[in-house]
Amino acid sequence: MKRIDHAEGSSKFIKAKDHLDFHDKRLWDLRKKRDRESEHLPEWEELRTLASAIKEHTLTHLADYLEEFERNATRNGAHVHWAKDAAEHNQIVFEIMSARNARTLVKAKSMLTDECEMRPFLANRGIEVMETDLGERIQQLDDEPPSHIVVPAVHKLKTDVARVFSENIGTDPKNSDVHYLAESQRQHTRPYFLKADAGMTGANFAVAETGTVVVCTNEGNADLSVHLPKLYIASIGIEKVIPRIEHLGVFIRMLSRSALGSPITQLTSHFRVPREGTEMHIVLVDNGRSERLGMSDFWYSLKCIRCGACMNTCPVYRRSGGLSYGATYSGPIGVIIDPTFNLRKYSSLPFASTLNGSCTAVCPVRINIHEQIYKWRQIIAERHQLPFVKQQAMKVAGKVLSNPKLYRAAVEGAGAGIEHLPRFTIYSRFNAWGKQREVPSAPQFTFRQWYVKNRGKK
Amino acid sequence: MSSRDDVLARVRRNQPAPRPLPAVPTFDTDPGSSLERFKTAVLRMGGKVADPPADGDLDNLIGRLFPDAKVICSATPELVGNRPIGEVREPADLDDVDVGVVRAVYGVAETGSLWLTEAEFRVNTLGFLAQHLVVLLDPSRIVGNLHHAYRERAQFDAGYGVFMTGPSATADIEGVLIHGAQGIRTLTVVPVAAGSK
Repeated sequence: MKRIDHAEGSSKFIKAKDHLDFHDKRLWDLRKKRDRESEHLPEWEELRTLASAIKEHTLTHLADYLEEFERNATRNGAHVHWAKDAAEHNQIVFEIMSARNARTLVKAKSMLTDECEMRPFLANRGIEVMETDLGERIQQLDDEPPSHIVVPAVHKLKTDVARVFSENIGTDPKNSDVHYLAESQRQHTRPYFLKADAGMTGANFAVAETGTVVVCTNEGNADLSVHLPKLYIASIGIEKVIPRIEHLGVFIRMLSRSALGSPITQLTSHFRVPREGTEMHIVLVDNGRSERLGMSDFWYSLKCIRCGACMNTCPVYRRSGGLSYGATYSGPIGVIIDPTFNLRKYSSLPFASTLNGSCTAVCPVRINIHEQIYKWRQIIAERHQLPFVKQQAMKVAGKVLSNPKLYRAAVEGAGAGIEHLPRFTIYSRFNAWGKQREVPSAPQFTFRQWYVKNRGKK
Repeated sequence: MSSRDDVLARVRRNQPAPRPLPAVPTFDTDPGSSLERFKTAVLRMGGKVADPPADGDLDNLIGRLFPDAKVICSATPELVGNRPIGEVREPADLDDVDVGVVRAVYGVAETGSLWLTEAEFRVNTLGFLAQHLVVLLDPSRIVGNLHHAYRERAQFDAGYGVFMTGPSATADIEGVLIHGAQGIRTLTVVPVAAGSK
């Protein structure tokens, strides 16, 4: 399988300057809104600690809670299925639908079904799948994966959406008014809700105590997908289980505040019992999660509640765009999850980070994201998954950094180099630090030179 | 081995050493469960608040708030409307409703959320297919925050329940906030006790 080249993917994104600028600004705006919300809650840090502890407790007792969830969901009248991997998940969904002669599926946003690549699987078997979340629908029509786990089309401008909609749902290509575009999607989607054979959602939480599937959305599309068709399917990753209803208080208070900077999503829906005359199916999906649970450094990533705060705050993500990661999960959380799916394919991703720790600082469930990124780098280096150029550079860096004399000579030389080297040697394809930026002017002397002169005698 | 047993066995084998489950406090703060705090939160989330009519005539109030509405469907007997919800056969039948009316069980001051279940909606699509929704709320039934909201444990035995907060919304295109994404375009809360005149 081909190795994803994050740097190459980013360079494509960076070329479109207006897109890059908007993307950076929009996501930083979400980060600022998140800050404002968290600062208004005096118990914010305590909530993070609680959320983390509840998740860690659940994950260390996961098998029992999964069985409790299954027992209660079954008692509620839902059918519970188990899928080892993506292929089995897709097959189960197909069989549920085909056994009931269901040909159309309206679905709410679910990263899990993207992870399983369910849409093409069903489409190849004659099932029409309609994404009903606006952002996800834009991405479906443009034949692209979501670039962000909360705002799937955040890398697109309204003019891009106008193009996609005009080509697919007959809007005026010259009209990129956002109200017009959103209203067009509403009008286009409503008839699908009314006649669909089946509806599908993911889950933000699955409550063991009651067998409840909890879905947090803003658009109303998840509820329309569940309340209209006679068949409802919920696809749920096994790590989404939490013990009790009261624990929702902790997570719901933080989810939308972390994601969008709003106190709560417009809708927090609790699906427990199928309404009369209809069926509810729940597919519990492993797809690598149980294996990750056994990785002593990395199981903490299973605490993730998919808020996207780490993406919004990450300077690399904001300036490279989600698609450059070439994976379902992008940004810092993607960087630590994706290598568990395929180490070789995603071996460049842990290097798409400055290790500034901002992701860890905003994570509502206290995942030590930047430490995990660092650990993945070590594993990738040990297993020789580094590209040759990076390997050689690291060897040189290792020698220089472990020898004070060599280090001092290199630092002094670098300062002189920036001042005196011709531009073409600094701003060339061999120096990544000279790409898309001006290298700052070098200080008059190094820190060591300053220290020896001013403090050296004491 | 079935996939179920296979997944559970692997999870059991790989589970890290057990960690304790913490107790969750309710984080009570002032001004707590006040109506004013609730109203502020509703407005922030894009909702509206309408004063209850002095004469207690809620049908009249709907007429004033939505003068162009043709189909008004009420799930509470406190209002008559013109589309009896008891006669609705299929959830899709409510697609032509202009204004839906329902009474919430309780509200959440922190977020401006309203708790509604299938018992209140009677037909769940009333809260999503209608163009506009009016929600009656007893001002004495407001809890302070979501911790209290989730401690109304019996409510979560409902087959379906939802915290509704303002109208349906999206900001998926350039972050521009649109009210009226796929569900209701507006949500109006009327703070009024049941059966009050």
